[in-house]
Amino acid sequence: MNFLNNHLLILILFFPTLAALVVFCLPKDNQRVIRWTAFSASLVPLVLTVILWALFKPAKPGFQFEEQYTWYAAIHSSFHLGVDGLSLTMVLLTTLLTPLALLASFNVTDRLKAYMMLFLFLETGMLGVFMAIDLLIFFVFWEIGLIPMYFLINQWGSEKGERELWKGVKVQARNYASLKFILYTMGGSLGLLLAIQMLGVLFQTYDLQTLYLKWNSLNGSLLGFPVATVKAVAFWAFVIAFAVKVPVWPFHTWLPDAHTEAPTAGSMILAGVMLKLGAYGFLRLVLPLYPIESQHYAGALAFLAVMAIIFGAFAAYGQKDFKRLVAYSSVNHMGFVLLGIAAAAKVGFSCTDAALNLSKNIALNGAVLQMFNHGLSAAGMFFLVGVLYERTHTRNLDDFGGLFPLVPIYGGILIFTSMASLGLPGLNGFVSEFLVVRGSWPALTGYTAVAMLGLLFTGAYILKGLKQVLHGPLNEHWAHGEHTLTEINTREILVMAPLMALILSIGIYPAWILDVVNKAVLMLFH
Amino acid sequence: MHFPILSVIVFTPVSAALLILLYKPDQKKAVRITALVTAGLVLLLSTIVYFSYDKAVAGYQFVEKYSWMPFLGISLHFGVDGLSAPLLLLTGIVMLTGVMISWGIEDRPREFFTFLFFLASGVLGVFASLDLFMLFFFYEIAVFPMYLLISIWGWVKTREYAAMKLTLYLFIGSVIALVGALAMYWQSGLHTFDMLVLERANFPATFQNVWFPFVFVGFAVLGGLFPFHNWSPDGHVAAPTAVSMFHAGVLMKLGAFAALRVGIMLLPEGAKTWQWVIMGLALVNIVYGALIASVQTDFKYVIGFSSVSHMGLVMLGFATLTREGLTGAGVQMFSHGVMTALFFAAVGMVYDRAHTRDIPKLGGMVGPLPMVAVGVIIASLVSMGMPGFSGFIAEFPIFMGVWKTQWVVAVVAAVSIVITASYVLLVVRRVFFGKMPAELEGHIRPINTFDKISLVLLCTIMVGLGLFPSLMVPWIQTGVQHVLSLLGGA
Amino acid sequence: MSSIRSILPEILLLALAIIVLILDPFLGEARRRLVLGWVTAGGLLAIFAVCLLAGRPGTPLFVYGGMLRFDWLAFLFELFFLFSAAISALFFMDIERVNRRAEAYLLLLAATLGMSLMAASADLIMLYLAIETTSIPLYLLGGFLTQDEKSTESGFKYLLFGALTTTVMLYGFSLIYGFTGTTSLYALNLHFNQFDALSVGVFFLVLAGLAFKVSLFPFQFWAPDVYEGAPTPVAGFLSTASKAAGFVVILRLFVVAFPAISANWTTVLAVLAALTMTVGNLIALTQKNIKRLLAYSSIAHAGYAMIGVVAFSQLGASSTIFYLIAYILTNLAAFGIVAAFGRVAGSDEISAYRGLSRRNSTLALGMLVSFLSLAGMPPFGGFVAKVLVFSAAIQNGYIWLAVVGVLNSIVGLYYYLNVLKVVYLYRMEGEDEEHHPVVLSRPYVISLTLLMIGIVLVGVLFAPWFNLAQRAALNLF
Repeated sequence: MNFLNNHLLILILFFPTLAALVVFCLPKDNQRVIRWTAFSASLVPLVLTVILWALFKPAKPGFQFEEQYTWYAAIHSSFHLGVDGLSLTMVLLTTLLTPLALLASFNVTDRLKAYMMLFLFLETGMLGVFMAIDLLIFFVFWEIGLIPMYFLINQWGSEKGERELWKGVKVQARNYASLKFILYTMGGSLGLLLAIQMLGVLFQTYDLQTLYLKWNSLNGSLLGFPVATVKAVAFWAFVIAFAVKVPVWPFHTWLPDAHTEAPTAGSMILAGVMLKLGAYGFLRLVLPLYPIESQHYAGALAFLAVMAIIFGAFAAYGQKDFKRLVAYSSVNHMGFVLLGIAAAAKVGFSCTDAALNLSKNIALNGAVLQMFNHGLSAAGMFFLVGVLYERTHTRNLDDFGGLFPLVPIYGGILIFTSMASLGLPGLNGFVSEFLVVRGSWPALTGYTAVAMLGLLFTGAYILKGLKQVLHGPLNEHWAHGEHTLTEINTREILVMAPLMALILSIGIYPAWILDVVNKAVLMLFH
Repeated sequence: MHFPILSVIVFTPVSAALLILLYKPDQKKAVRITALVTAGLVLLLSTIVYFSYDKAVAGYQFVEKYSWMPFLGISLHFGVDGLSAPLLLLTGIVMLTGVMISWGIEDRPREFFTFLFFLASGVLGVFASLDLFMLFFFYEIAVFPMYLLISIWGWVKTREYAAMKLTLYLFIGSVIALVGALAMYWQSGLHTFDMLVLERANFPATFQNVWFPFVFVGFAVLGGLFPFHNWSPDGHVAAPTAVSMFHAGVLMKLGAFAALRVGIMLLPEGAKTWQWVIMGLALVNIVYGALIASVQTDFKYVIGFSSVSHMGLVMLGFATLTREGLTGAGVQMFSHGVMTALFFAAVGMVYDRAHTRDIPKLGGMVGPLPMVAVGVIIASLVSMGMPGFSGFIAEFPIFMGVWKTQWVVAVVAAVSIVITASYVLLVVRRVFFGKMPAELEGHIRPINTFDKISLVLLCTIMVGLGLFPSLMVPWIQTGVQHVLSLLGGA
Repeated sequence: MSSIRSILPEILLLALAIIVLILDPFLGEARRRLVLGWVTAGGLLAIFAVCLLAGRPGTPLFVYGGMLRFDWLAFLFELFFLFSAAISALFFMDIERVNRRAEAYLLLLAATLGMSLMAASADLIMLYLAIETTSIPLYLLGGFLTQDEKSTESGFKYLLFGALTTTVMLYGFSLIYGFTGTTSLYALNLHFNQFDALSVGVFFLVLAGLAFKVSLFPFQFWAPDVYEGAPTPVAGFLSTASKAAGFVVILRLFVVAFPAISANWTTVLAVLAALTMTVGNLIALTQKNIKRLLAYSSIAHAGYAMIGVVAFSQLGASSTIFYLIAYILTNLAAFGIVAAFGRVAGSDEISAYRGLSRRNSTLALGMLVSFLSLAGMPPFGGFVAKVLVFSAAIQNGYIWLAVVGVLNSIVGLYYYLNVLKVVYLYRMEGEDEEHHPVVLSRPYVISLTLLMIGIVLVGVLFAPWFNLAQRAALNLF
């Protein structure tokens, strides 16, 4: 039991990798065994995370379950893991969505072993980012997670679709999307890489907690420039890297392609967890390392957030491809996360006004909760799109129409999840969006007001989407013959069930999660 | 008197070569088996040396010294430190995989392995040498077999041209360095070629400033330093697979290593004076190499230019003259060696089956050659400096070292990471994924056991080092510590 | 007693020559070739062994009224000449119209005798005598193949050129005597103290004859034609032993007789050496006939060896002598291989060597060894030799000369590799190599093996050889 206590994090982190290696050794013909092995293996980290949640003490400050192993002593980087309330929430999200994604992938038959292995490696990659409290380890896992996703999109993405590059050269859409995804993210992270190198050279350590202290107490001049200038440049380097990931307008252009072309489970993880990596980066690194610059540029960040909200909504409204619509909805929802962060930054961490401080906390709570909630609802939405696509082999909204009577259960689930996405009170989306808006109002009144407009259009595009799929005159094409639409099956319902349960429970009784988040937020920025 | 393990390592290949010469031309199987056993033996011994090296004591170990020509102070002097031990290991690895890959050579395998082993002995001798004269002796031995290996067994289209260009370039580089070394010998007045003594010779600053470029650049030609890198892409492409593996995997490291040993360590003041020039040239290597690689249509040329780019990183690390930079360069020599050996092995396997290296004409290789595809993917990730693999372990400290010296260079060099990622991913996708052209269907036979062993060995090393840097970095650090002490504790 | 020991090689050579002369009429046609060849070669090797054991000098001393000097310099070179002659005798055994003529072997022995005297000469008259004793048999050997136009031309050219230059040299000698009143080399150093008109004149006149012998620029023009036309083993002998003889005279004469003005004549020699190397190498680039290529290569090598002389120090002289050791072994091997192959293929064009590696892989390997040694690659003697001469040059401030030498080595590497390329890479027409093997006769196998071992030995375990060279050089300073 002591062993478990002392090594819980590393167990959670590397169990998926070990599972992947076990899957590698399985015979490739028996697909059933492969699927069930992978799925059951992915449940283990979930169970361990629940144990972790139970053992976690929200009121205790700092990181818990810390583990540190020598790794690259020559450059003063150690393999240092730890969780606080913020990262714990994210870890839970990751370990929850991965089994669901694997369960959703039970209909994949092409090179199943490689597929499962890549998902498991991906899980380790994402968990590593959340658990790392050594900056270099953070970066290592940040980059590593890109590779499995690259291959998942590339090899198992939608086969149809072409993109035309310059001079009439055509490439497959999934190739285009995957390469754009990885190059964009790597390019965005270049600045982050350089800044990390600089920090390592300056302070001869990568330990996050040490860096927080030292970086903030640095003054004088650096590399021939005043510290303030260097910090500003480094701030934007960090911001750009994370902004690409979140994604923040105008760095979001990789997302629609990547989400659309990815296989269903890939989109679930991509939207569900990977976008959160960016937001997590803002919370874990940008705000603590650059409090002054964040405050200074909070307006700019808020502006970008609002643009994401509005343009995301508008773009989603104009889509004819169901999956692309959901993709843009991610841009829209993540905008709220950034808005909350921007508001907190605006208030700053040495503010004495109690009301503003309260708003700041509320905004941050909202942002974090939105991360979790969006993870649930986006994963759900993408899955449901996938369910429909599998049966109809089209994602074009015009091809559907009036499907509700044919597939009432599916329709019900779709409406439920869409409402969560829309922010219907009683479901989780409302709680987080309300918190963000309430928290941002005092600090960023103007931006918040405009954001509310975006909220209006969120409703618009969701309802439009629903209408085109479920309501209206029945599209006879799907009613008879070999195209007859079949109802959602048990496995698929099982994928959605945990999501729906959580959506509902957070919507009605958010305290169980908000408590953890709130305490973390309170302690984080003091 | 301990077992002279270094002499055994250095002279085993050449002894095997002489043994192989005694076989009749048609005893091909015997030749191959002898070669395999020899390569395995060298790998085993170099592994033993590597893991027996005492890091706590550091310094030069397994030292052997036999007086060779007392009048001029020449001795057969061997020893390894933390920087050369990994390189010996690398040579062993590349030898073994190279022999396995060359199993199928039908045209005069006897002569092929003879020349290859002469090359191997020369390389091992340079890494282990602590006598300046002997360093040159072994260095030159490593040059001429390349000519024969490339011109006889290489790619018909360009082999004669490439072989001659390569040999002349390398010979020119080495004789320029030789002149510098002889100048050092006479200037020191110590009448010895012993490098341990010459390290403490304290040459006057003006002397060092004049002769450092001779020595450093002379050797760096073999390391592929811009603008003397021109021999490398053609040489890589024209050479037969095992020779390319040796060439890019080990030989280029020979040049960089000798530049470090003779240039930086014996003429430290000169190194400090010329540091910025070297840094600038290395930067050109990195960026220019990556850009040129991205427009190539021949698979092997892509890798050839990518080697030029990656060796630029080694030179950059050296030029920083910092602990991190030198450490990174040391790791990069090993990591790149393994990575490029795998790349060339894979290219060879594809070419043997498809008979073309033209990227537009290839595709879908992952179907018949899945292990090769995975191997190439891993090597590509190393090439991009992706964390989790040995390339990151190497590149990160180099950049840290550059930050300490001149941050602008770090920013420019970082751009090359993305360029590398883009071309490497594209090439891998075009060759291995997508649709296989109709004329290749059914002609791609699977790889044999030896190929598989080579791929697995190389991949394991790249991943292992990436996950556990402590497997190599501590060794390199001891060597770097010594270099820094010669530089005056910079 | 030491005076007998001092001319032991000469006496024994004379004895051998008489034996051969006597044997000759008694031999039948069939056994002629074998007996003559083996007797000569065996005899020479026996003489070599005897001299090595019994003929070693102690402290240098003058014998026969100061005509000869019995020292290590002379001794070592005598051993070289004996060895080269033995190998050449073995090579003679396969050349038609040479191998059955006792005259060829006799001329060889006579030339060797002359060279031994050249090496030991301490007096101008003795020197001239020795030079002529060497040259005349060589002129005859050059033109030995009387039916062959090229050979006749070669002999004639050699004669004319040689006669001219030696005459000029003799004039120089007479001037020396006229102005100094002595013909002893070791007494001359007192007289030549500054580089005045007399010294200049004398120097250049003497140089003419000696430069001819070693084919130094601008007296190298005869070499390519003579080597090409002469029977190949003769060319081999000329390029090695004869050149070495020239070098020993240059060393002894200039170092001993003109030390005071060394700064001047070393500069002149340096320039000439540089030109020799460059001209030799550059023209070699264009050659299509392998004998001509080797001729130009030999010219270039004379330039390299001269660098050691220019260095004018103990190391310099030692390095030149060492260079000659390596060079003799290497060049003999190269010419031997050309002779062996030429006999089978009937051609000396480089293109005839196509596919040699498949016709006889051992012979091809031998060619590899000798050509790489010529190029200056380890682990062969040529590498160490080159490093030593360059080293001596740098030590004495002739860095520019070392650089020229280095650049020339690069050019050399290029054409040597080209020949190897033809041997290893190209194939015969019809690709029929298995049916056209190149078979070597026993004398060639023995001699080439010996030479190959020697080349590698000198390249790897070079300390003992260098010590020998040093001992010889010591006698100069």
